[in-house]
Amino acid sequence: MSEQNKAIHEPLLRVVKRSESSMKQKIVVRAAAILLALIVDALFIFFITGLNPLAVYTTMFQGTFSTAMRFSWALRDLASLLLIGIALAPAFKMRFWNTGAEGQVLVGALATAAVMVYYGGKLPNWLLYTVMCAASVLAGALWGFIPAWFKAHFNTNETLFTLMMNYVAIQIVACCVNIWRGQASGLGKLNMKSKAGWFPQVFGQRYNINLIVVVLLVVLMYCYLRYSKQGYEIAVVGESENTARYAGINVGRVIIRTMIISGALCGLTGFLIVGGRDQTISTSTAGGNGFTAIIVAWLAKFNTFTMALISFLLIFLQKGAMEIASAYALNDFASDIIAGIILFFILGSEFFINYRLIIRGSHKEVC
Amino acid sequence: MKKLLALILAAVLCLAACSALAADLKIGVILVGDETEGYTLSHINGVKDAAAELGIPENNIIWKYKCPEDQTCYDAALDCIGQGCNVIISNSYGHQTYMVLAAEEYPDVTFVSMTGDFAALTGLDNFKNAFTKIFQARYVSGVVAGMKVAELLESGELSPEKQPNSFDADGNVKIGYVGAFDYAEVVSGYTSFFLGLRSIVPNVVMEVNYTNSWFDIDKEAAAAEALIAKGCVIIGQHADSTGAPAATQKLLDAGNLCYSVGYNIDMIPTAPTAALTSPTNVWSKFYGELFTSLMNGEAVAADWAKGYEADAVKITALSDSCAAGTAEKVEEVIAGIKDGSIKVFDASTFTVGGETLTSAPVDMTIMDWATMTVAYAGETYEAIVDGAFEESSFRSAPYFALRIDGITEVK
Repeated sequence: MSEQNKAIHEPLLRVVKRSESSMKQKIVVRAAAILLALIVDALFIFFITGLNPLAVYTTMFQGTFSTAMRFSWALRDLASLLLIGIALAPAFKMRFWNTGAEGQVLVGALATAAVMVYYGGKLPNWLLYTVMCAASVLAGALWGFIPAWFKAHFNTNETLFTLMMNYVAIQIVACCVNIWRGQASGLGKLNMKSKAGWFPQVFGQRYNINLIVVVLLVVLMYCYLRYSKQGYEIAVVGESENTARYAGINVGRVIIRTMIISGALCGLTGFLIVGGRDQTISTSTAGGNGFTAIIVAWLAKFNTFTMALISFLLIFLQKGAMEIASAYALNDFASDIIAGIILFFILGSEFFINYRLIIRGSHKEVC
Repeated sequence: MKKLLALILAAVLCLAACSALAADLKIGVILVGDETEGYTLSHINGVKDAAAELGIPENNIIWKYKCPEDQTCYDAALDCIGQGCNVIISNSYGHQTYMVLAAEEYPDVTFVSMTGDFAALTGLDNFKNAFTKIFQARYVSGVVAGMKVAELLESGELSPEKQPNSFDADGNVKIGYVGAFDYAEVVSGYTSFFLGLRSIVPNVVMEVNYTNSWFDIDKEAAAAEALIAKGCVIIGQHADSTGAPAATQKLLDAGNLCYSVGYNIDMIPTAPTAALTSPTNVWSKFYGELFTSLMNGEAVAADWAKGYEADAVKITALSDSCAAGTAEKVEEVIAGIKDGSIKVFDASTFTVGGETLTSAPVDMTIMDWATMTVAYAGETYEAIVDGAFEESSFRSAPYFALRIDGITEVK
């Protein structure tokens, strides 16, 4: 930066991309963010709700950690969110904005529920689980394939296309629920009497199957994206389609293949939610996780292990907010604000990890 | 002196024992809404009042607000148990299917699914249902509305010449009703309201508009407006918001002839001149009995259903818009219900398909409609006893689902 240039026009604040943050820098920025978040939150808690901030933080912590059961629920909910994040990772890495995870999970869940309703008690258990799983994976894959095919052949906008597919899925689910509930006021649990299609407990924990699957997929997806040829193709297509073409990669085929994988994994999530957690279906089966998972995948830069950490943070905040609302009879909007402030600062810290601010007249970093 | 000391000692011991029992009871309450919604508010108040009366400390109650009718309910129940609760209450029908799962797993904890219908059929002795005989209060609120219609007819304010739109082709006065869903609970409710009204004014017809939601201010308001546009002079309701009374007040102020009968809460603050009264549940009666039984280690019935005989239902204060003599008539009808001389579903007062009912078999079986199989097998009872339909005797949840002549439903 020459002296002359600076004299002519230098803005008060400039944002400069950091070349590479050191581990120490990252830790310092994140720790500062969490500390600031806790301070701002404490002000909110004290002045708006009139509660003791330290007691509220303890309660928040208890939302996940006070009992083994609560911890297992946190892990269960983490499994659903993380699985969708994993499913989204290859699509996002390819710069294919799959905003349709919610719908892909729902059709997978619907396929599972349909198999439970029509084949529950008619097939041996192992076969029933297999059919449920296969149906959900196929349904999810189909929901991913449709927008990918249009993208590959007509270059349609995938963000809008996948988003709209969500609403199609929601309506189909609403319709089926309405048919299945018959004259009852709600659908309730499927196969309440026979419990056909309900996941058994393994190793003494109800949700272990979901957890085992998600742990496996964290590792598998990490390896797929990092070490496989297909993972490399995805990365190249994501960086530049022209480069990919030049390198002899069939871009359309990679798009379709990746979206089938992404959709299929979302469908699988639907299977795990219905069979392993809810044993029923509704339009809120995916519970907005299809959208939250976009944050998870994006923040983690498609590293599945980082995704696990971020999912845990989000679930921790969610459970904490719920517990605060219950324990202090607070309006749940207030408790959501408390959790939201923490999330805001953590997301904000990403900015300061990737960029630095330079104030006019000084070369000192502010972050 | 010694005697006095002994007496004091005995009194202190007794007090200590009583409060020890009260302190032993830890209650988890799972609510579908929060204090901003009339139905849930009435449950919150019911639990609080009963607990205060019995000396159960507030710290012994764990509240779970805004619990949806899904797996969250099961989690909430288990979470309450984890915190030491030995009785779990849920206040919405849809919670029942999740409560029963928890009840199967925790036989030492008592579960009460309010407004539920299959506890007795599960064979679990720690799973209960309860409901008030709210249809009695709806009948009385119908009487209040009937008195108003009679007054309007008498004064000539409501006549075929002045309000031609408010009479059907046969000269019957049109009544409107905003219903949530087309289940027995709502059918039983609007029928009793209609019969109460017709006990005062014989020539009435009623139209029921469904909103397909328990709580939707806008839909309930729209349904009320549609009914008033058709000429209905009374708008009854079985949905939980203030939408219908507010809409009725707005249209009354705009020059329409219309009055409102609410539900759950006093609607006078919402509709100062349009509201007449609201039938409401006195949940504290049930909760008081439940807590007392549990503290004394007594058995709790699988089904609990009480009405005026236990003051478990009532109507809220009559508004200034009510007709003269309403209060006396209400007293008389309530006394009649209490001593059995008035039966709400007296079969001689209504017809179904043009026929007087002599037999009405009701099947308590709970179906799994998705797979068309029996979820819980129940017996079939003959509901017509001594010339009246016996509501809430074979189980607490309403099962009167007959469509009587004079009422039409719009879905």
